[in-house]
Amino acid sequence: MRLEGSGLACIRGGREVFAGLGFSVDGGTALLITGRNGAGKSTLLRVIAGLVRLTGGRLTLSDSDAEATVAEQAHYLGHLDALKPSLTVAENLRFWAEYLGNAKPTADDTNAALTAVGLGTLADLPAAYLSAGQRRRLSIARLLAVKRPVWLLDEPTAALDSEAQDTLAHLMRQHLAGGGIIAAATHGSIGLDGARELRLGASQ
Amino acid sequence: MRALAALFVRDLRLAVRVGGGGGIGVLFFLIVVVLMPFAIGPDLALLARIGPAILWLGALLASLLTLDRLFAADHEDGSLDLILMGGTPLELAVAAKALAHWLTTGLPLVIVVPLLGLFMNLDGRASAAVALTLLVGTPALTFIGVIGASLSVALRRGGLLLAVLILPLTVPVLIFGVSASNAAIIGPLPFGTPFTILCALSLVSLVIGIFAAAAALRHGME
Repeated sequence: MRLEGSGLACIRGGREVFAGLGFSVDGGTALLITGRNGAGKSTLLRVIAGLVRLTGGRLTLSDSDAEATVAEQAHYLGHLDALKPSLTVAENLRFWAEYLGNAKPTADDTNAALTAVGLGTLADLPAAYLSAGQRRRLSIARLLAVKRPVWLLDEPTAALDSEAQDTLAHLMRQHLAGGGIIAAATHGSIGLDGARELRLGASQ
Repeated sequence: MRALAALFVRDLRLAVRVGGGGGIGVLFFLIVVVLMPFAIGPDLALLARIGPAILWLGALLASLLTLDRLFAADHEDGSLDLILMGGTPLELAVAAKALAHWLTTGLPLVIVVPLLGLFMNLDGRASAAVALTLLVGTPALTFIGVIGASLSVALRRGGLLLAVLILPLTVPVLIFGVSASNAAIIGPLPFGTPFTILCALSLVSLVIGIFAAAAALRHGME
């Protein structure tokens, strides 16, 4: 499996965010997207996730489900947590597992995902009472509850304490070991050794 | 199908939980209709004559109340991004959300009409006629409304714009809804003609509404 972009260009609000951008990530490896504020890191991830339209270039995911788009095979962990405060932790996770997986998740699957991010004991708490770090963990649990080969992570360690950062690094290594692909926009280290780096040009 | 069912159930849950606004529309409807006899005065014949129109207007405004949050809430917390990535056609996701919205906002309005008909001096037959026209007419209001909801999705104060965008489009629904009710109550026109046109308006808005809303959402994401 290989995620490949060539000649990518994106214009937002009349401003060219990037142009002629190329990258490729093989299965089992990670790509760290770095660059100054406004360099287009988040935009690139949203482009891969199909949430922002490309104005040029091609984006392909080879050796994968030919029927599905790249976006349908990718998890996107953005700045927003996509949680409903009035639903409980388990209900939030079950909904996304069911919606994104298009199948009813087993209780074991969601419990295992919650336990993996350290929220196993809070399953019945409304998400309104979660701290920023706990909300982030719940979002990460979503990546585990539904299997998708590509993980698009935007500042994944934001709001996480050092223990949770270690957990996340462990989960990412597991995902890579299983042949998955990770593209992460980051400013610092996220605990992945040997990851390729894609440095985006400075903002104009 | 599983994904759509999940989205539908989630929206139903959100509507009935704290802060979901499930009962707001009915309360507003109640207040508007209860105020009318005070404003118009105790002229029972007049109330009965304008009753169907008042009930329809109240239902129209009440169904708009929570519509602006339909997509805006999902947009603000990032859920809309994931809904777009789900692999379910966006049109069907919009339809599932609209259906859940109608069940929690439109249907309760229909259910309280027999009660509110008393305030308007409507007899049982007249109330039943209004309830029946609202039952087939409120889906049209919802499905026209989702177009406005998706156009105003990224706006902070989208509610007012939504009303301005949507209310002109609901004029045909209002006309045929009220005229079908009146035809059933006082005649002399047959009830069937305006009623079938009202049904047709609901079906047309179902198709146009979900496609237009999905297109507006895709376009508005950037």
